Amino acid sequence: MTQLPDGRYVDDAPYDPGASLQELERKDLDAPNWVLIWRKFKTHKLGLVSGAFLLFCYLLLPIVGFIAPYGPNQRHSEHLYSPPQSINLFHEGKFIGPFVYPMTSEADLETFQWVFKPDYQTPMKLEFFCEGKEYNLFGLVPSDTHLFCAPEGSTLFLWGSDRLGRDVFSRILYGAQLSLTVGLIGISVSFVLGIFFGSIAGYFGGRIDWVINRVIEILRSLPELPLWLALSAAVPSNWSPVAVFFIISVILGILDWPGLARSVRAKFLSLREEEYVRAAEMMGASSGRVIRKHLLPNFMSHLIASATLSIPAMILGETALSFLGLGLRAPAVSWGVMLNDAQNLANIEIYPWTAIPMLPIIIIVLAFNFLGDGLRDSLDPYQQ
Amino acid sequence: MEILRYAIYRFGTMLLTLWVVSILVFVIINLPPGDYLSNQIAELRASGQSAGVAKAEFLRSEYALDKPLWQQYLIWVGFLPGPHGFSGLIQGNFGWSFEFDLPVAEIVGDTLWLTVLVNLAAVLFVYMVALPLGVLAAARARSWVDYTSAFVGYLGLATPNFLLALILFYYGHRWFDLPIGGLMDPAFEGEPMSWDKVKSILIHLIVPTFVIGTSGASAMMQRLRANMLDELGKPYVETAVAKGMSPSRMLAKYPLRVAFNPFVADIGNLLPSMISGSVLVSVVLGLQTIGPTLLTALKTQDLFLSGFVLMFVALLTLIGTMISDVLLVLLDPRIRYEGRDA
Repeated sequence: MTQLPDGRYVDDAPYDPGASLQELERKDLDAPNWVLIWRKFKTHKLGLVSGAFLLFCYLLLPIVGFIAPYGPNQRHSEHLYSPPQSINLFHEGKFIGPFVYPMTSEADLETFQWVFKPDYQTPMKLEFFCEGKEYNLFGLVPSDTHLFCAPEGSTLFLWGSDRLGRDVFSRILYGAQLSLTVGLIGISVSFVLGIFFGSIAGYFGGRIDWVINRVIEILRSLPELPLWLALSAAVPSNWSPVAVFFIISVILGILDWPGLARSVRAKFLSLREEEYVRAAEMMGASSGRVIRKHLLPNFMSHLIASATLSIPAMILGETALSFLGLGLRAPAVSWGVMLNDAQNLANIEIYPWTAIPMLPIIIIVLAFNFLGDGLRDSLDPYQQ
Repeated sequence: MEILRYAIYRFGTMLLTLWVVSILVFVIINLPPGDYLSNQIAELRASGQSAGVAKAEFLRSEYALDKPLWQQYLIWVGFLPGPHGFSGLIQGNFGWSFEFDLPVAEIVGDTLWLTVLVNLAAVLFVYMVALPLGVLAAARARSWVDYTSAFVGYLGLATPNFLLALILFYYGHRWFDLPIGGLMDPAFEGEPMSWDKVKSILIHLIVPTFVIGTSGASAMMQRLRANMLDELGKPYVETAVAKGMSPSRMLAKYPLRVAFNPFVADIGNLLPSMISGSVLVSVVLGLQTIGPTLLTALKTQDLFLSGFVLMFVALLTLIGTMISDVLLVLLDPRIRYEGRDA
């Protein structure tokens, strides 16, 4: 590539009149679908940023133990409802690296509350790669090294501490593990059910179609939340937190599939008349094979986009259930469980930081919405 | 007359749906192992109170809980005679709440029409907000009006209802001196209707309406905007503009009318989620609607109470959807009458 004096770029390679001009264009047309989708998706900046952000969040999930300074249920009985502490770099105009001012607590005998005041005289430097509460890296490798932790003799509550003196920041990180995966499990359940019922309804038609269609209509016409509530109230209280988590995600998915099944069915109804389907059938392909190999790949990407758009509903659903006390239960940490503390106004007014978990919820839900919009717009690469 | 036939047909399908829903609800409320009474009997036995056991046993046979499940269902709905002849939901007997030791009808009482009121207010709110904003966003597409409304809409979709409730409640009280909690001044509770009571209810309705309606309004607004944009690109709009019609008149006369149909029909899709939202918001804000009742009933396994509340919520949704379907047919003569997607 050479740049001419007038600013144009010219290819150095000698001009080859034999080369087919069409070849370049062909390359574009023959490119695999995902390349084209990716090319178009890249132009959707908001979707791209949201996607990257979500990917980053999910990658962090297995190592939250390393990032969080405290364990999820580690209590500090001396620091109940301690306000957020900030990390500072300069003390009295001098740079001394990241440090915090330790909090001193004092009982206010008029309001019967603890009053916390930072002690501005003694800056205490943060420790890095230090030992703390043990946790399991990737859920397997036991470790007790933390990215950063509180200096000796001080606490480190970036976003304050809650009713039992647990660090809100660490709990939000641990809560992400459940709150973010609940949507994924729920959507997988709904995906499997939706594709299964949608495809048999659309492919076979007739009576099966009628029955499935009625079921879809009925489920879609019912308010979800009361049913979610009723189903989760049926979960026995002696189940382990893990079992409860799984069953709640399944419950979230069970009521979500009708929407997906409906769009699958509509697609199938139109696609099953295509010639290539007839051809496959003539050659003796079983219905299962026709559905899986010939029909589903046609709009898999479309389904993924709509699944992305329904994950937020599940995250919000889990939050609502846990918030009302019928979802995940106490030793488990999720954003909804944390917000349970922020249930009454008096609490929020006195301890506003207990409502912080709503920020990650809003951000994650927005990100999923933007990502889904971006995906949906870029799925049809041949359409301008 | 066609429309009447369609309305009757639609009513018939609603009844059928309701019947299926009743089975679903009955199964769900019977899912938890054990029921309220057998738990209570076990508890009483353990503490050696035989008088209580006798009463619980009596209630058990009184409400046919000792019969097989399918018979219990039929008795509950009122298809089969129970111990006292036919007295189920269709006969107007909603059952007995074991937790409160009162008939279900007495517990829910006032909350029923308050639930309807809250949801009606929310639906009105959705229309009143979404219509002007959606049209404005489409007419001034890609301007600050459009972007601001899109941003607010996205936030409305992403903020969980109950959080919005808490936040608005807090600031509503602080800045506008709106009352906190409940649907009316405690002084008016159980009082007969009076002008003051109506005023009190209206003031208390402001925050809940806003909270329940916001996500619906933003969804509706975005859809109306998309529909309007589709219409605005069509040649007839260009013609109207070229002939010198004023923009506002042109908007109201042509594209809006076309974009209006889906707008009406959509309320049917939105209702389920709005009623869900109202249940949740009622719990958070302590409204005297059916939401908090449902929560306590579910937590204490009070099966007739929770069954009735679930049925009521479903009925409310179904009726709303039916009305919106019939309205749509009234508005748009192009829609075929029998079974729209058959």
